[in-house]
Amino acid sequence: MMQAMAKFRGYRRAEPGTQPEYLHPPYVSSIKRAPSKPLVYLPYTLSEVTGPSFDSFAIDVKASDLTRPHAGEPLGERIVVSGRVLDEDGRPAAHTLIEVWQANAAGRYRHNVDQHNAPLDPNFEGSGHTLTDEHGNFRFITIRPGAYPWRNHYNAWRPAHIHFSVFGPAFATRLITQMYFPGDALLPFDPIFNCIADEKARNRLISIFDWETTVCQQALGYRFDIVLSGRDSTPWEK
Amino acid sequence: MSLQATTSQTVGPFFQIGLARFYVDDLTGLGASGEAIEIEGRVFDGDGEPVPDGVIEIWQADAQGKYAPQESSRELESIEENDPHATGHAQAQRAEGAFLGFGRVPTQADGSFRFKTIKPGRAPAPDETLQAPHIAVSVFTRGLLRRLVTRIYFPDEPSNAEDFALKLVEAARRHTLIAKKLRDGRLEWNVVLQGKDETVFFDC
Repeated sequence: MMQAMAKFRGYRRAEPGTQPEYLHPPYVSSIKRAPSKPLVYLPYTLSEVTGPSFDSFAIDVKASDLTRPHAGEPLGERIVVSGRVLDEDGRPAAHTLIEVWQANAAGRYRHNVDQHNAPLDPNFEGSGHTLTDEHGNFRFITIRPGAYPWRNHYNAWRPAHIHFSVFGPAFATRLITQMYFPGDALLPFDPIFNCIADEKARNRLISIFDWETTVCQQALGYRFDIVLSGRDSTPWEK
Repeated sequence: MSLQATTSQTVGPFFQIGLARFYVDDLTGLGASGEAIEIEGRVFDGDGEPVPDGVIEIWQADAQGKYAPQESSRELESIEENDPHATGHAQAQRAEGAFLGFGRVPTQADGSFRFKTIKPGRAPAPDETLQAPHIAVSVFTRGLLRRLVTRIYFPDEPSNAEDFALKLVEAARRHTLIAKKLRDGRLEWNVVLQGKDETVFFDC
């Protein structure tokens, strides 16, 4: 009823150079899947500034601990990954769904397409989800994933990473990304990590080792903050 | 304070592990009144090969053109038993009646996907008009470093002619956004990532 009368604000477009182009030939899979025609610029409508809310979905409060679902402990180095989901103005994305997935410590995904001959771990699925709290905070307990080979080029290996899927407040803020680990020797060689020229933006995909997150006698801690598009400064008058 | 948005990365080939729990292929259900529709399609790459490892997400208004409330109660429904083998279909049921408006389906080996929903109504456009009924779509696949955004419109819909977003698209390409009606009433809408009949994708 109020919707048609509501003022709403759009979202800021990405700063040039901070988001990948679709065609990135070093990443071979992009060559036949990247669109060849320019995107059509779409001013925001209500369809893009609204988005799904997952707080009445059946969120499993235990699913933020990826080490837990089985009777036994998964093999590998237990870690805590925590951070905040914010927008570009520093406003927290509260109660937003985060989904994560990853390889096990040996670099193997529990997926029928993954043919890497590293062992599966019967005590590790590699998936989790959570909602951020009212300040945008999240915290996962997991195992540090291993690097794994892929067929992009000769002797190609993906650096260790965790996939993050985040919604934020609107269709416009939907983001899927990957978190990497500091000091990984494979990072300079990875065409996915190196999909943008902006080194600072790239390096924000690398988590930060963090004593505050580290749990004594239990798990090393890493911080990974995720920043979603901020609101446009001028409201649409509707 | 001005931060910069995090760089997007590909969903990769193994997203099923992380995203299956919240697959929603049927948006109808409690509280969803309106015309039930089934939409199916396939995703193709620049060689016309099916894309068997993509995931399609949709977001739409209800039959009255209203989007689900953006400020809903924060009471969480927690599951007592954590079954790591459970797929999303069972868990992703709305706890209450309101129309969620969100769907997510993976593509199959032949690149196909399908979902059941209700035909959305007309939501307001920024220029004081009403948009034609449409569904907002995100496409994620291995090989896409960021999502592609597009829309599904409906055939035999006079309001398409005056739609805010369709008018931005050159006439010769608009058909890529409009579903076709199959003989049995289902709707077909394909995604061509690249090439001659490339789907229109939006900068969003």
